[in-house]
Amino acid sequence: MHIMEGFLPVGHAAAWTAVAAPFVFAGGRRLVRQLRARPEDRLTLGAAGAFVFVLSALKLPSVTGSCSHPTGTGLGAIAFGPPVMAALGTIVLLFQALLLAHGGLTTLGANVMSMAVAGPWAAWAVWRLAAGLGAPRNVAAFLGAGLGDLTTYLVTSLQLALAFPDPAGGIPAAFAKFAGIFAVTQLPLAVAEGLLTVVVINALEARGLPLKAKA
Amino acid sequence: MTRRRSGLLLLAAVLVAAAPLVLPIKGEFAGSDDQAKAAIAATGYLPWAKPLWQPPSAEVESLLFAVQAAVGAGFLGYVLGRHRRVKDGNGGD
Repeated sequence: MHIMEGFLPVGHAAAWTAVAAPFVFAGGRRLVRQLRARPEDRLTLGAAGAFVFVLSALKLPSVTGSCSHPTGTGLGAIAFGPPVMAALGTIVLLFQALLLAHGGLTTLGANVMSMAVAGPWAAWAVWRLAAGLGAPRNVAAFLGAGLGDLTTYLVTSLQLALAFPDPAGGIPAAFAKFAGIFAVTQLPLAVAEGLLTVVVINALEARGLPLKAKA
Repeated sequence: MTRRRSGLLLLAAVLVAAAPLVLPIKGEFAGSDDQAKAAIAATGYLPWAKPLWQPPSAEVESLLFAVQAAVGAGFLGYVLGRHRRVKDGNGGD
């Protein structure tokens, strides 16, 4: 889901940066407020950030014969709500843009929107919906994390389709092209991310570590 | 959830991740991010910015990715290891 440095036209890069900035600032403020109000959440928040660090570094093979990586943002979104993930996800994306030449500063806004905003919100919404419909906690967390992962890659596909519409088929054809690269590859990875998220949530809860949001 | 079930879920995740390497799948297992980059370049688009710094080789890049994963896994393990399971009769600190 990383759009590489310079690979969005200037106007698109600026627009996504403008859209992402309020989410990151609000998330940062929420993070600081939460740490002040509940210092005991420090370790769990760090664990949520660490989970994003691990999972977004793992490039896994997929059934399409290509590789991709999970995002790890669903765990924190479920445990603390989506806003803080905008801040934690941005830290990871900055690290990758500056030290790994993976992603970029000009495309940071677009990548933040897909990985640190859309994915976490989708994960949280699916998790709440599934839990509200009576799904067991583990199933709800699995669905939330998995579909949140998938959402991130669909948003990236949409961002690229908007920037590079197909000369004949326009934006829909371009979306199909980019989603063809990302979405199918991502399906088994989303399953793996869902499973890992369930394991880590249960491991944290078994240790009595506070998860702010409850299903 | 019991340790046994956690173990089974972890095993399932590993199987999902490893299956594509075992199954008869054709492909070079290139990164999807790089494939998207190539698809954009195929439209004739020229990037207008370059990374400020690039790892000098694939080895150094894999080193940095490994460091990223190690830092994350290390901290996660620290948090989980620092707190004992509540069921073990100790609520941790």
